[in-house]
Amino acid sequence: MTCTEFIAKLDELIDGSLASEVRTHMEEHLRGCDHCEVTLNTTRKTIEIYRSNELYELPTSVRDRLHAAIMARCKKGC
Amino acid sequence: MQAFETLVRKYDRQIFRIAQHITQNREDAQDVVQDAFLKAYEKLDQFQGNSKFYTWLVRIAVNESLMRLRKRRTGKMVSIDEDVETEEGSVPRDLADWSPNPEQNYTQTELAEILRKTIQGLPLGFRVVFQLRDVEGMSTEETAETLGLSVPAVKSRLLRARLQLRERLSRYFRRKKAGER
Repeated sequence: MTCTEFIAKLDELIDGSLASEVRTHMEEHLRGCDHCEVTLNTTRKTIEIYRSNELYELPTSVRDRLHAAIMARCKKGC
Repeated sequence: MQAFETLVRKYDRQIFRIAQHITQNREDAQDVVQDAFLKAYEKLDQFQGNSKFYTWLVRIAVNESLMRLRKRRTGKMVSIDEDVETEEGSVPRDLADWSPNPEQNYTQTELAEILRKTIQGLPLGFRVVFQLRDVEGMSTEETAETLGLSVPAVKSRLLRARLQLRERLSRYFRRKKAGER
């Protein structure tokens, strides 16, 4: 397996949706390729960091105001 | 009515995040939350139940967000559908490994700013796919249905989005060589 072939399947490896035979080929490639190992680990980390950090908080005061406006208009039949 | 209020409370934060990612404007994102829920309420009888309520609601919110973005950027192309050709994201160039737990080198405020700046630099179609698929946890099929894209188009955008984000974050997170600050 070449690095380009590895990268093309990277998402499926990360998402755990690969057939076991393909996964085995990728794991073999990883054992001899630092480049792809770094790419895999740092891509996983990228996803994890974005998942665990809230970038756009909705402040409680704004949230309450929005709720009140939505429900008031729904009660009036929009 | 009470059941609908529960749905508003359950999904408002997600809808706000998605709208903010598309419009990149706080006021627009708040308006989208309001309009998306009102539209959902009006059309509740049209909701078929064959897709999840959340997926249906996100589709409404995405369309509302795009409409607002188009209003602000009159004359400029705004589409989630365009296939953006970039060199970046096909073959990773930055091979430097990252420090262990690199996010700990920054305060929470600094980190959030880095993450916002980095994802905002991505083409619209990439950042929305990444947001729905990886952050909001929708499946590839749900993301495709929501955005009106094919499954292969979602897969291709997701791979490129992940690789571009990784490469751009490397600037901040890579392991420093001896002597580097």
